Amino acid sequence: MRRTFKAAMGAELAALALLAGLGAAQAGSLKIESWRNDDADIWNSKIIPAFNKRYPDIKIEFAPSAPKEYNAALNARLDGGTAGDLITCRPFDASLALYQKHQLDAVDGLNGMDNFSDVAKAAWQTDDGKTTFCVPIASVITGFIYNKEAFAKVGVSEPKTLDEFHAVLEKFKKDGTYVPLVMGTADQWEAATMGFQNVGPDYWKGEAGRANLIAGKEKLTDPQYVAAFKEIAGWAPYLGSGFQAQTYADSQNLFSLGKGAIYAAGSWDISTFRGQAKFAMGAFPPPQPAGTTDCYISDHTDIAMGVNAASKNKEDAKKFLEWLTTPEFATIYANALPGFFPLAKTPVKVEDDVAATMVGWRQSCKSTIRNSYQILSRGTPNLENELWNVSAQVVNGKLTPDAAGKQLQDGLDKWYKPAK
Amino acid sequence: MPRAKLAGLLLFFLGPAVAIYTLFSVYPLVATMALSTYTSDPSGARHFVGLANFETLLGDALWSKPFWNALGNNLIFFAVHMCVQNPIGIALAGLLSLPGLRLKSFYRTVMFLPTMLSVVIVGFSWNLILSPLWGVAAGALKAVGLGSLFAPWLGLESSALVTLSLISVWQFVGIPMMLIYAALLNIPQELIDAARVDGLGQFRIFLHIKLPLVLPTISLVSVLTFVANFNAFDLIYSIKGALAGPNFATDILGTFFYRTFFGNQLQLGNPTMGAAVATVMFFIILLGLCLYLFLVQRRIRRYAF
Repeated sequence: MRRTFKAAMGAELAALALLAGLGAAQAGSLKIESWRNDDADIWNSKIIPAFNKRYPDIKIEFAPSAPKEYNAALNARLDGGTAGDLITCRPFDASLALYQKHQLDAVDGLNGMDNFSDVAKAAWQTDDGKTTFCVPIASVITGFIYNKEAFAKVGVSEPKTLDEFHAVLEKFKKDGTYVPLVMGTADQWEAATMGFQNVGPDYWKGEAGRANLIAGKEKLTDPQYVAAFKEIAGWAPYLGSGFQAQTYADSQNLFSLGKGAIYAAGSWDISTFRGQAKFAMGAFPPPQPAGTTDCYISDHTDIAMGVNAASKNKEDAKKFLEWLTTPEFATIYANALPGFFPLAKTPVKVEDDVAATMVGWRQSCKSTIRNSYQILSRGTPNLENELWNVSAQVVNGKLTPDAAGKQLQDGLDKWYKPAK
Repeated sequence: MPRAKLAGLLLFFLGPAVAIYTLFSVYPLVATMALSTYTSDPSGARHFVGLANFETLLGDALWSKPFWNALGNNLIFFAVHMCVQNPIGIALAGLLSLPGLRLKSFYRTVMFLPTMLSVVIVGFSWNLILSPLWGVAAGALKAVGLGSLFAPWLGLESSALVTLSLISVWQFVGIPMMLIYAALLNIPQELIDAARVDGLGQFRIFLHIKLPLVLPTISLVSVLTFVANFNAFDLIYSIKGALAGPNFATDILGTFFYRTFFGNQLQLGNPTMGAAVATVMFFIILLGLCLYLFLVQRRIRRYAF
């Protein structure tokens, strides 16, 4: 049974953090806050040693939290004055709020910041684009990863258009050996991120549509958004049985065990699959809707790093951030974590073939970021949260595509008044 | 005893407990209530707004809809515990206290075991058991010819909340069982022997002699269940996450509070509004307890032996 009253939680957290903080924070050592606890190994065995080759005197501790608790834990530690020196930055508002509260320093003055394009920096800049407060590290790309053996067995090839995609799914369903499309809706975010934001940019023309949405020139009730919902609503018959209770981990297992044909993927899944799957994998970008020629991919700026304004060791922290802008770091990072693509301008050779395929889409398709991330998730209701809920319901068949668009737009209209 | 000495003794024995309780329970509670009358702007500065947060919470459809939804779900969560957990707890305690039952301590341990497991482990295990992909639930139902009854219970709006409640019942049924079992053991043997001499069987002894005597314990268990259920959070968070899907079907006050206070993904936490939610939760629990004290506790007759 639960013991204490939840109200005490905040105070307790702060008190705990205070106690924990007393031991840490001494000069010459840096602590990194991050949500990438999956990567702790790589940071400790590859990235930090590479940095220490140049700066042997700076000790670095990688101290990650669980992804879904990261924001809460980080905010509590920053408010309590016990957060680490280097803060891994979520894109857009979460980090912008930290900068506005003077908990992150600006990084414009760092050497090497000119190695990033404006688009790469956009996620960690003030709305006017004048100040950058985190050094971009990586973006993630969504698309579809498939089991090459399954494709060979059933005799299909990579679909280019949505019609071909549906035909492939239908063929797998008839064959019955594999789950045609691996995705669950239990965790909700998959339906939004690997469903809606994955196939959607082709409909709303990537950055153009995203900008129009922010400017108020397009609405989520417009046909291009409803069409994206219609597409994912059609996936239900091809998903595994009981997909409503299938979690993200279930999906990863199902595919890496070779039981699924196509996996609605984020490039961050590659390293998981490399460790587990025993079959050859390929990847194809979101298939195109009939009648479109340009292709768009969700190439989402996802990770950056900034320096805690209250850090006692800013000199060393800046050295580390400057090192993050170098091609040396980009190369290590891209190859240690295939699927996290560096944002620096200097080209990096990616060894992993699936990762190389996915990053190669940047040449043939136009990149865009998730449309709910910038500005539009600032108020209540929060567009990203709404999108998770609504997308999962659309795939579950509980909400029509039209009603989904309406619910999102109604929520947005409650607090967002774009300048017309 | 002179007054001064009595005061000194009181201070000596009660002082530390009062001090610690004040520091760790009363102060955070008061601080939370104070925080709920503020609002914060983007720069992090706080401004006093009086009861505006509560007006928003209960008056603005944007906040009141999820709030009432969470409260309703919480009531269902509580109802399932009252209707399933406590009767089963009473029945198990009754069975355990039967004279001549063998392997008593074994059963007791087995049934109490889940209570000591971490909620995260419980959530993870049940997630696996009920998983339509690898769960044993589907196979087990099929084996007894009921395969068609299986559904992804944790993923459907209609069944997710009840399923989660039952998982929680499974975990905590040991607590009412132990409390009632202890009360049953306290009943003097003479009473039971007298009933036996009067010709009652075990079942009627339980119904007419033992059950009335443990009623105070049962009402205590009910209050504990009430407080625990309205503070519940961890099981739902570990299985469904802070968004308590599908479509907030499993959202209870605890998860609603967490989302508000700490935020979720791109949603930033709103400590002042979160404090308002916590305060309302506190008053709901307080109201429930007062109702209980005035309507139930005063009428319970205690038997002195």
